[in-house]
Amino acid sequence: MSGRPLTRWRECRPELYPPRGLALWRRAAAVLLGLGLFLWGLDALEVTPGRLIDGIGQLGHVFMLMMPPAVTEHVWDYVRAIGETLAMAFLGTLVASLLSVPLALMGARNIMPFGPVRLLVRRSSDVVRGIDSLVWAIFFVSVVGLGPFAGILAIAMNDTGVLTKLYAEAIENTDREQVKGVRATGAGRMQTIGFGVLPQVMPVLLGNSLYFLESNLRSATILGVVGAGGIGFFLMDRLMISAWREVSLIVIMVLVTVVCIDALSRVLRGRLIGPVGR
Amino acid sequence: MTDGTLGVRPLHHPQPRAQFARAWAAQKRAHRLQWLSAAVLMMLLIAISAWLGEVKPALLWDRLPRFGSYFGRMVPELALATLGEDLAYWYWNGWQWLASLWQTVLIAIYATLFGAILAYVFSFLAARNLTPAPWVGVAARRTLELARTVPELVFAVLFVFAFGIGPLAGVLAIGLHSFGALGKLFGDVAENADPEPLRGVRATGASWAQTMVYGATPQLMPDYLSYGLMRLEINVRAASILGFVGAGGIGQELYRAIKNFDHTDISAIALMLIAAVMLIDALCGWLRGRVIGREGLRAL
Repeated sequence: MSGRPLTRWRECRPELYPPRGLALWRRAAAVLLGLGLFLWGLDALEVTPGRLIDGIGQLGHVFMLMMPPAVTEHVWDYVRAIGETLAMAFLGTLVASLLSVPLALMGARNIMPFGPVRLLVRRSSDVVRGIDSLVWAIFFVSVVGLGPFAGILAIAMNDTGVLTKLYAEAIENTDREQVKGVRATGAGRMQTIGFGVLPQVMPVLLGNSLYFLESNLRSATILGVVGAGGIGFFLMDRLMISAWREVSLIVIMVLVTVVCIDALSRVLRGRLIGPVGR
Repeated sequence: MTDGTLGVRPLHHPQPRAQFARAWAAQKRAHRLQWLSAAVLMMLLIAISAWLGEVKPALLWDRLPRFGSYFGRMVPELALATLGEDLAYWYWNGWQWLASLWQTVLIAIYATLFGAILAYVFSFLAARNLTPAPWVGVAARRTLELARTVPELVFAVLFVFAFGIGPLAGVLAIGLHSFGALGKLFGDVAENADPEPLRGVRATGASWAQTMVYGATPQLMPDYLSYGLMRLEINVRAASILGFVGAGGIGQELYRAIKNFDHTDISAIALMLIAAVMLIDALCGWLRGRVIGREGLRAL
C-alpha cells in the first residue's frame, strides 16, 4: 500500500486528470502555437471581421432580391435541363461503376499478385481522381463538343478514379476465410473471385454507387458552367445577368430534385443491402 | 405462449416434400419476375438517359484522337541536355502557382474546420436518439440537407458577390457545403452511439450539453475525426476549382491557362495539383490510421 487510493489511481492513469507542472506548460504552449497558426492562416486568407460583417449584410440584400422566386416562360427549359442533369448523373455513375469493378480487382492486393499492374492501376486512379470533374468537363467539351455528353464522360472519368480506389479497398478488406472456403471446394481463380470475394463486397459496391449517384447529381448541376449540359448553364446564365428571382427558382427546383433522388436512393439502398448497410 | 409450446408450431404436414416443392417454385418465379422487371426498368432508364444526354458513342470514337492530341500538346519540350532551362521554362510562373496552391490548401483546411465544428454541434441536434426535442431534430436535419444540396460552386458565386473576390468566399462556400455533408455523416454515426455511457453520465445529473460532451463525444470522436479527414481530402479537390468563379486558389490560374490554350501551363499546374492532392491524401490516410487504429482499418 503506497499512498491513498486516489493518488495511486492518478499515478496509474495520468491522462484522466488535468495536467500539472511541466505537462501543463507543454499543453499551454501547444494551445498558443495552435492559436497563432490559426490566426496566421486567417490572415493569409485575407479574412477580417469587417469583411465578414459587410459580406453578411450583402448576403441578406441578395437574399431579399431573390424573394419571391419568379416563374417565367423558361420553366419548361429548366425542367428539361434538370432531366438532362439527371441523365448525366445516372449514366456517368453507371459507366463508372461498371468500369471500376474490373479495375479495382486489378488494383487489390489480395487478387492481383503482380505488383506493377497494381501500382499502375492505383496510381492512374489517383491521377484521374485528382482532377475535378469540372476540369474533365472542359477537356471533354473540347473533344465531343458542347452538350450533356461531355458531362457524362467527365462524371464517368472522375468517378472511375474514385470508385476504383474505394472498391479496391473494400476488396482488400474482405474476409479471407470465406475465400479459402470457396477455394477448398476446388474452385478456379475466376470462380473464387466470383463466389468468394464479390458477394462480400457487393453491399459496399452497391452502396457506394448509390451514394455517388447522389453526389454526381450535385456535380452534374454545375457542369453546365463550362458548357457540359444540364441545369448549370441556366443557373450561371441567370446569375451573370443578376436575374436573382429566376436564380432562386432554379435553386429550388434543383433542391427538390436532389431531395427526391436522395429519398429514392435511400429506399433502393434499404431494399438492396438491407437496413444495416449505409 | 402460455400453452408451453413457446409458439412453435408442430412440423408435420401430410406431404412435406410436395409442399416444399410448390413453395420453392413459387419463390423462384417471384424472384425471376423481380429480376426481370428490374432489368427492364434499368434498360428503360438507360435508354431515356441516353436520349436526354445526347449520347453519341460514334462521335466519341471519332474524336478520340483529338483527345490524344490535346494531351500531346500539354507535354512540354524537355531535353536531357538543357533539362534545367526547359524545366524553368515549363514552370516559368512556378512560385506564383505554388503560392496559389498553398492558398488552395489553406482554403480546404479552414473550410473543413469551419464545417466540422458546426457539424459537430448539429450532429447531436440531428441524431434521433440524442436530439433534445423531436422538432429540433427535424429542423437540424432539414438545415443540413439544404446546406449539402446546394453545390459548392453556387454558394461560391453568391459569396463572391457578397464578400468580394478572394479566398474568403471559397472558405465559406466549401465550409457550408462540408457542414451539410459532415453533419449527415456525423449524425448517422451518432445515431449508432452506445446508450450506456450516455445513461451513466445523465445519471450523475448532467445537463443535455454535458451528456453530449462527456458521454457521446468520447465514443464518437474517432469516427468524426476519420470522416473529417476524408472531407479534407475532398475539399482540397473542391478548392482547386473555386478559382473558376473568383473564389481564390489555384483554380484561377488553371482557368486562365485553359481559356488561353496555354497547354504546357495546364499540364504544369495540373501536375502540381495532383502531387498536392496525393500528398494530402497520404497524410490524411496516415492520420486516419493513427486515429482509428489498426483494428479499425482492418489492414491485411
